[in-house]
Amino acid sequence: MKQTFKRPKALVDIPFHFCPGCHHGIIHRLVAECIDFYGLREKTIGVASVGCSVFLYDYFNADVVEAPHGRAAAVATGVKRASPDNFVFTYQGDGDLAAIGTAEIIHAANRGERITVIFVNNTVFGMTGGQMAPTTMSGQETTTTPFGRDLETNGFPIKMSELLTELPGSTFVARAAVNNPKNLMKAKKLLKRAFEVQTNGEGFSFVEFLSACPTNWKMTPKQATERVQEEMIPYFPLGVFKGGQE
Amino acid sequence: MKQVIKGNFAVAQGVRLCRVGVISAYPITPQTTIVEELSEICARGELDAKFIKVESEHSAMAAMVGSSTAGVRSFTATSSQGLLLMHEVLHWAAGARLPIVLSNVNRAVGPGWNIWADQTDSVSQRDTGWVQIYCESNQEVLDSVIMSYKLAEKILLPVMLTYDAFFLSHTSEIVDIPDIEDVDEFLPPYRPEFRLDVDNPRTFGGMIGPDCYYEERYVMHKDSLKVLEHYSDVCSEFHDKFGREYDIAEEYRTDDAELIIVTAGTITSVTRIVVDKLREQGKSVGMMKLRMFRPVPVERWLKVLGTVPKVVVVDRNISAGLGGVFANEVQAVLYNSETRPVIYPVVVGLGGRDVTPDDVEGIINYALENDKPKDVPLFWGLKQ
Ligand SMILES: Cc1ncc(C[n+]2csc(CCOP(=O)(O)OP(=O)(O)O)c2C)c(N)n1
Ligand code: SF4
Ligand SMILES: [Mg+2]
Repeated sequence: MKQTFKRPKALVDIPFHFCPGCHHGIIHRLVAECIDFYGLREKTIGVASVGCSVFLYDYFNADVVEAPHGRAAAVATGVKRASPDNFVFTYQGDGDLAAIGTAEIIHAANRGERITVIFVNNTVFGMTGGQMAPTTMSGQETTTTPFGRDLETNGFPIKMSELLTELPGSTFVARAAVNNPKNLMKAKKLLKRAFEVQTNGEGFSFVEFLSACPTNWKMTPKQATERVQEEMIPYFPLGVFKGGQE
Repeated sequence: MKQVIKGNFAVAQGVRLCRVGVISAYPITPQTTIVEELSEICARGELDAKFIKVESEHSAMAAMVGSSTAGVRSFTATSSQGLLLMHEVLHWAAGARLPIVLSNVNRAVGPGWNIWADQTDSVSQRDTGWVQIYCESNQEVLDSVIMSYKLAEKILLPVMLTYDAFFLSHTSEIVDIPDIEDVDEFLPPYRPEFRLDVDNPRTFGGMIGPDCYYEERYVMHKDSLKVLEHYSDVCSEFHDKFGREYDIAEEYRTDDAELIIVTAGTITSVTRIVVDKLREQGKSVGMMKLRMFRPVPVERWLKVLGTVPKVVVVDRNISAGLGGVFANEVQAVLYNSETRPVIYPVVVGLGGRDVTPDDVEGIINYALENDKPKDVPLFWGLKQ
């Protein structure tokens, strides 16, 4: 009998700690599949951020260095400059990348650092219990916006992909979702391209994933996945913004 | 009104009672529920404050600099990494003489990541010019918010009040919540003499050269010392109004003590029990609770500790290459006492390791049994 589906070698065989219906696990798997596909397992260095993905080192069969909250892109810059032959990726949440780490990501992109950034946008600070993040949608209720995000006082949900696209230093920028098989297949394609941008020495690559956080959205996994489609995708459109065809 | 509430909710109640005008915050465990509760309090209309959800702690403190310079009572809360990220602006807030109040939930510093109790985060901010107060109970936490604004606005220096992660932040205790009318009488509205006011133009934080920077820091230092005098007035006024009192360095059963143990934070409550037990056994031991750490109450420490034969200092913090910070400072103060006590510095409970009554008893007995410390500092309960 031929085995057609198995755990990627780049993932350790232990259960994820993520909540049921969380998309972090799917995104972890996609990254691991790409590492396997390009045979990068022995060359990969992951830079983990602070958020629900903080335990990256438990799951990836690769070297992982933890960065202080928001500093992953700067730490990755140091890692990549010191070891240019390694494949270096960061894995960051929206609080990490789009709040406290905004300066680092903008400047890493603008310098065209040859790193790959996996950006997981779930519109909240997940790990700390669901506070408003810069990506929180208009009207979305969080523990710090009990009446919903008010654009007047809290500003607008920030579109990181669009922002980084504008920088001359970025090479590949795309937004993906994993809420249904079709989007998942597309996401994998985009991620592969992001990997190649680094392995070909082309420059900085960035993939934003729209991700469900059923726990902090106070939804069932099914409702949360639907919310990605109905609320998030219309505001955060999917596709390649820079550097390739879909 | 008495309620059973967690330390973080006690802070939020204190902030409500002080009618704070601007709150800025960035989430971090175990602080987050303070500002979550404050956003609920604001949403319920119990506090009319502007709540700014900033992008980092560095910006949280910077926003405080802005709002406080504009003449509005300002509050933020943080912990560990967040406090460290504020460091630059902490210096700024103190140098700018802004009466901001910050509550810091004492949490260990990474790496490795650790969210549990440890005072290294705040002791490492000791040179920023902030007043620092360490609390032992949720009641003390709430009362300290109110006292801190009174103190800060009088002396024009920012105040950081700190308390242990989880042991207080997430543990419920009975807290007497004062009536807001009483707090209004105790703490009048903030009306600073110098503030941003376009009708009365001023510049804040400009350049000053070597000819006067030195004097400016001298004045700041002298004013910081005034906190010590002013604290006793604040304390007695608070006592008259609310019936509770918090000594700048509380003495517990120190009469005729041949050994005094110095503690800060929740280890203090554990130590009280142990001191009672050892007193029953006829051992003459007492405790000094370190409440105010900046400015250092030098005279007070000297008076309490200067003539005892032995002083044990318990540090739930570490300055690698030195030891516990409280021990170091107590040592520095006692160097000037005529009969220098033997000092036993002990580092315990880093990263939230439990410190039990048995531990404290063991530490005291170790000091009683040895004429000199065996290790400086002694790491109590170290796994081999
Ligand atoms: C300097 C600093 N501030 C705050 C924190 C607390 N903190 C830990 S995780 C986190 C938010 C993570 O949110 P996000 O990046 O969106 O990741 P998610 O959990 O949603 O995947 C915060 C604020 C910290 N660790 N360091
Ligand atoms: S809190 Fe949200 S982001 Fe974190 S593991 Fe649970 S579902 Fe995922
Ligand atoms: Mg998030």
